[in-house]
Amino acid sequence: MEWSPLIVTLETAVTATFITFFLGIGLAYGVVRLKRGQGLMDALITLPMVLPPTVVGFFLLLAFGKRSAIGQLLLQFDITLVFTWKAAVIAAVVVSLPLMYRTARGAFEQLDRNIIYAARTLGVSEWRIFWHILIPNARHGILAGLVLAFTRALGEFGATIMFAGNIPGRTQTMSTAIYAAVQANDYDLAGKWAMSLVVFSLIFVLAMNMWLNKKTV
Amino acid sequence: MELTVFLEKKLRDFTLQADFTVRDEVFALLGASGCGKSMTLKCIAGIEKPDKGRIMLDGQVLFDSEKGIDLPPQKRQMGYLFQNYALFPNMTVAENLRFVMKEDSGNKVPKLLQRFQLEGLENAYPAALSGGQQQRVAFARILASEAKLLLLDEPFSALDSYLKWQLETELMDMLPAYGGTALLVSHDRGEVYRLADKIAVINRGQMEPPAKKKELFRHPKTLSATLLTGCKNISAAQREDGSHIYAADWKLSLKTSTEPPSGTKYAGIRAHFLEPREGAEGENVFSMEVVRVIEDTFSFIVMIRPAGQDAAPIRWELEKKDWQRLSGRELFIYFPPEAIMLLES
Repeated sequence: MEWSPLIVTLETAVTATFITFFLGIGLAYGVVRLKRGQGLMDALITLPMVLPPTVVGFFLLLAFGKRSAIGQLLLQFDITLVFTWKAAVIAAVVVSLPLMYRTARGAFEQLDRNIIYAARTLGVSEWRIFWHILIPNARHGILAGLVLAFTRALGEFGATIMFAGNIPGRTQTMSTAIYAAVQANDYDLAGKWAMSLVVFSLIFVLAMNMWLNKKTV
Repeated sequence: MELTVFLEKKLRDFTLQADFTVRDEVFALLGASGCGKSMTLKCIAGIEKPDKGRIMLDGQVLFDSEKGIDLPPQKRQMGYLFQNYALFPNMTVAENLRFVMKEDSGNKVPKLLQRFQLEGLENAYPAALSGGQQQRVAFARILASEAKLLLLDEPFSALDSYLKWQLETELMDMLPAYGGTALLVSHDRGEVYRLADKIAVINRGQMEPPAKKKELFRHPKTLSATLLTGCKNISAAQREDGSHIYAADWKLSLKTSTEPPSGTKYAGIRAHFLEPREGAEGENVFSMEVVRVIEDTFSFIVMIRPAGQDAAPIRWELEKKDWQRLSGRELFIYFPPEAIMLLES
């Protein structure tokens, strides 16, 4: 059995989740503080969650393709994204970001506003408020977002196959490997990858639930 | 310590206008909920921004819409006490104090803990503290941050009456630590009377000129001040002559202690100030009938009106033993002229 889909999947999901984690928290913090345009920003960041992943992949293909402005610019630096491992990471970031962003934002908004106000009147800088009050008190929501984003990135299919393709050993992940195996009538292989994905995702979600339950008791 | 405030802010239903000076005293804003009094406090602390105005503390400009000055809350040094104390839930008592200190000079934390009777609780988290302990931590934290002025936002309104009394006396003990100057907002007339020196009534964003507390409770100038200071009986009224008014709702002609202004519109009398008499002799004594009797915890509330008249009932409150003596007998009530409040607006 060829193990590369597992390695590609883990590498992609871990890298994508790392980016999503910081980007999602940053965006959540930014949007909560926005005075105007909150609704629009929120809708734009959430959109990839409700669109079919193929649509997301299609737009990514257009945006970073060789004929686009960004694609042209990247070409100057000898960078091609389409059908590479980097494209798989970008696709996973875009689809997992809404989950991280929404849970982090919910956690920030749940925190009593007066605690933030009190810190301000007591002379605590915004930077210290963020790191020592906002993040620690929103840690449950942030962790939940992290697990959701990671499991989403782990199973990403539609945007990945559109934007990164399904190249064995390079961009083929477990979920695209399942698709390829079914097309080749290899149900055994498809079943193995499918089971692996189910087990992986289940372990992460169970671990998150156990951690959250333990903390709330 | 001198704080001068002049500000305007458009709110959803009305425009908030505040204009007052606090000078080495406990100053209270008294108003119903949603009247804009908490908003005033938030504007002073820099949590909210007024549309225009000027706020100064000891000669330092905190906010000036014309000059475009708007100091962030971090630079205003206001000790804002929130209703729920807003302690940092992820930090222990000692960490709450240390977190807001400019410099941690050795024994400052132990000193504060001792001063506010918090010894032994330095490693406890806020969730494990009682209401009184939380309030003391909040005060200690304000002192740790070297705030210049105390702002108290309905400090006791979420508490049951026993705890409230305990915290109120604690607050009185703590006020000297802040130079005795504080700005308090509340809807509770008793709390305001017990704690403040000077009071300004605020009604739907409109602030009335501040008055000494005794003066305000004895001679409220406006209808809203009369109601907020706890007067239960108000009637539309007109001047009759140099010493009488006619209270239309009660259908009574009453003698007053001072000459009623020609613009008199309302008359009020507090429920405790009515006095029973043996007979109908004398001025301002009327035969009354009982409309309804309500037993309160330590008093009786008796709704009365002039005998045989279809008039609005007047609320009279008296001690239980006094009502037990009078109940069932013919009732004559004296309206002391000096207790009748006359309002022009």
